[in-house]
Amino acid sequence: MRFAPHTDEDTREMLAACGLSSVEDLFAHVPPAVRLGRDLDLPPALSEPDLLADLRALAGRNRHADDFVCFAGGGAYDHYVPAVVWALAGRSEFATSYTPYQPELSQGVLQALFEYQSMVCDLTGLEVSNASLYDGPTALVEAVRMACAATGRRRVLVSGTLDPRYLEVLRTYAAGGAFEPVSVPVEEGVTAVPEVGEEVAALVLQHPNFFGNLEPAAERFALAARAGARAVQVFDPLSLGVLTSPGELGADIAVAEGQPLGNHLSYGGPYLGVLAARARDVRRMPGRIVGETVDVEGRRGYVLTLQAREQHIRRERATSNICTNQTLMAVAAAVYLAWLGPEGLAEVGRLCLAKARYAAERLTEVGAVELAWPGAPFFKEFAVVTEAEPRAVRDALLERGFLVGPPVELPDGRRGLLVSVTERRTRDEVDRLVKAFEEVAAAGGKGSRAGRGRGGRRAGGRGR
Amino acid sequence: MTGAPVRRDGPPLPGTLRELSRPGRRAWSLPELDVPPAQVPEGHRRPAPPRLPEVAERDLVRHYTRLAQMNYGVDTGFYPLGSCSMKYNPKAAEAAAALPGFQRLHPHQPEDTVQGALELLWRLERALCELTGMARVTFQPPAGASGELTGLLIMRAYHAKNGDPRRRVIIPDSAHGTNPASVTLAGYRVAQVPSDARGLVDLGELEKMVDEDVAGLMLTNPNTLGLFEEEIEAIARAVHRVGGLLYYDGANLNAIVGRVRPGDMGFDIVHLNTHKTFATPHGGGGPGAGPVAVSERLERFLPAPVLAYDEERGRYYWDHDRPDAIGRVHGFHGNFGVLVRAYAYVFGLGRDGLTDVGARAVLNANYLAERVRGAYPLAFPGRPMHEFVATARRFRRFGVRALDVAKRLIDLGFHPPTVYFPLIVEEALMVEPTETESRETLDAFAQAMLQVAREAEEDPELLRQAPRTTPVRRLDEARAARELKLRW
Repeated sequence: MRFAPHTDEDTREMLAACGLSSVEDLFAHVPPAVRLGRDLDLPPALSEPDLLADLRALAGRNRHADDFVCFAGGGAYDHYVPAVVWALAGRSEFATSYTPYQPELSQGVLQALFEYQSMVCDLTGLEVSNASLYDGPTALVEAVRMACAATGRRRVLVSGTLDPRYLEVLRTYAAGGAFEPVSVPVEEGVTAVPEVGEEVAALVLQHPNFFGNLEPAAERFALAARAGARAVQVFDPLSLGVLTSPGELGADIAVAEGQPLGNHLSYGGPYLGVLAARARDVRRMPGRIVGETVDVEGRRGYVLTLQAREQHIRRERATSNICTNQTLMAVAAAVYLAWLGPEGLAEVGRLCLAKARYAAERLTEVGAVELAWPGAPFFKEFAVVTEAEPRAVRDALLERGFLVGPPVELPDGRRGLLVSVTERRTRDEVDRLVKAFEEVAAAGGKGSRAGRGRGGRRAGGRGR
Repeated sequence: MTGAPVRRDGPPLPGTLRELSRPGRRAWSLPELDVPPAQVPEGHRRPAPPRLPEVAERDLVRHYTRLAQMNYGVDTGFYPLGSCSMKYNPKAAEAAAALPGFQRLHPHQPEDTVQGALELLWRLERALCELTGMARVTFQPPAGASGELTGLLIMRAYHAKNGDPRRRVIIPDSAHGTNPASVTLAGYRVAQVPSDARGLVDLGELEKMVDEDVAGLMLTNPNTLGLFEEEIEAIARAVHRVGGLLYYDGANLNAIVGRVRPGDMGFDIVHLNTHKTFATPHGGGGPGAGPVAVSERLERFLPAPVLAYDEERGRYYWDHDRPDAIGRVHGFHGNFGVLVRAYAYVFGLGRDGLTDVGARAVLNANYLAERVRGAYPLAFPGRPMHEFVATARRFRRFGVRALDVAKRLIDLGFHPPTVYFPLIVEEALMVEPTETESRETLDAFAQAMLQVAREAEEDPELLRQAPRTTPVRRLDEARAARELKLRW
């Protein structure tokens, strides 16, 4: 492949216009000692058909969410991505543009982001949203930094029911010294009553939590409010058609992994970090924010605003170092939310809730597994405890055509598996999953044996 | 009289989705409930769903199609935005990323089911090591700024491991704003080294600044003025002599890719911007990807997990057993979908194609600089690499600023260059044509620049009133910040 359009004649004449005779003259001032001085040790160019054949071969060595029935969760979910989402968000006028530094040429993406921010506010019951961050975990880091800046404190209480990947990312960023995460214990699958002292900047709670359980969020957040700490909620955007909004629960800052909003699974990225907050913290928010204004003739238009917070203006005193965010994913999220509307969002919530409950009931009825916390309310995901080692159970189910997981360590030391059920899953798929669990349990958690492949399409072999 | 507002024909501005919304209208289509309904658990029920727009699917399609038409991308036209390398984004890369075998992979799938994805990352890592002269790569950072922070945390971990915590990181006064912001986030203090009369790092000043408290130096080379730091060997020696590390900001690697490697210049840590060097589309602000490459002595500090290959079993896996790792910087494995596109670009262009990228990018920038320098003098005299920084200072006496030049270029059909950066240049215009533009496009753009320069003298109001051809004209940014309206 080649994308430089220069003919030999172009090159010659352009060099001549610069008073040069060869391309190498352009680099004459680069010291010889730092030049590579040999050909790159890389394969020669590929034609487009050869390149795509290579990529198809690599893709073909993976099994993907259409090769098995996906009951996996743990932060990324197989929700339905409507055809219209990427037909619109993927348009190349959006995809091939840069950050909208020239608003007159970028009203399209600016308005799309303004509408995204508006819908995030509608969803969360909070007052302001930015135009996206990298992903859920990095959005949490930014929320915690906002809380520290707002309170002038640095201790951050983090529930033990938070997704461990979020905690890992939080700890990585804590190395800079700006905050100190401290763990809050777990009781019966939810956050224990924390002691929130006057030195606490934020209380971080995931609701629904990593294990799927619904948290007593409002009660916990009230404790944060009383101590002058910011209440930070990690939420599931697709739960908010049916579950109380973060704003209503008393969250001051709400962050989420935005993948469920019309974004593909894509092996973990690109996703988007959603962040919404109360108006009093708007000047502490990280990243791009789009605002409405008027042009010189009084017409409505949109611009990047409050840029004095950002790195290109404020440099070492910026609220964050973020520059490039996940704009295109935010545009997709906006198309998706508008496709759903209020009723569609509520319907997704009802479907997830009912199907997840059906799956949990059927699984326990047949005795294939135990729920980690029987009777605890959950939304679309729940943790089960198996007799055999969870990883082995996961692998054996995969051989039968079902992906569950990830395997998790429960707060009390038991090991379990997460099972999530999106609106896409059918009763028949759940019934077959239950059967596969039964078979695996009967086989003591082992794989390959009778019954293999009955769950879905044949699943073994490939990718090994 | 050219300054009067013009009445424009054409479609009215689009309303918002909220304005299009009508109660009861809908686009959604979801499966029937085929299991018993379930009540929302006690105390958790939202009284009414959020007030999202209610529109038909056709409304959505026309709305976003119109918005797309009000957005300028590389596919629309020339986009010489300095420091952003807005080159053509190959469609083959899009086709590759859309393959279900990549797009439909769940991040928690066991390694045995994603061997193709891991092999892709492995091959891309080997290629990036060859291009940078480094030993290992992490793909976790989802953008360049995240790569910077990752690199600085690696720097911090390295000094901590040596029992030698340090407090300062040196950056040039011409650096991108992300550099100082990342330095602060990593818990370091910024020490700024000035540029000399040539626009290069002032080596004398640098030598005075370096001491055993300096953790490292962050440098873009070619620098943000588009100039190659010719004294890079001496700069590297000065920093290494006091035990500091050299961080390479890969924003401008496009100029020298395949020809000069950061590792051979003495750098220890490198981040790459795939949306710059490897033509992954920037999406109106993202997604990017900011892989970080490090030399052998820093490998142990890379974020975990690290990709590994089990030769005996012929199998790739994620190695989580990394006691010195700085931790995770992303929830999963970075922006994988973007990395698939970068792979397509790297292996599509191959050995010679990649080396040719820099040559053509530098040729285009030099040619364009030559064509316009009579009207727009270069800020510094040295030979530009892949971009040049000119100044519109001389138009000030006509009451015209760099911003006015930029806005007038819009009316002539072009996306303007970057303006007012680097901060050390007055009325800066930073022009980066990239290698994928033809001579005809460059000639047309040069002609437009020269026309604007003439107009600045003869009819400055024309520039101050520009743009006049866009759906909206100049927007009141002060009002946007004063009377915040951030949602409907």
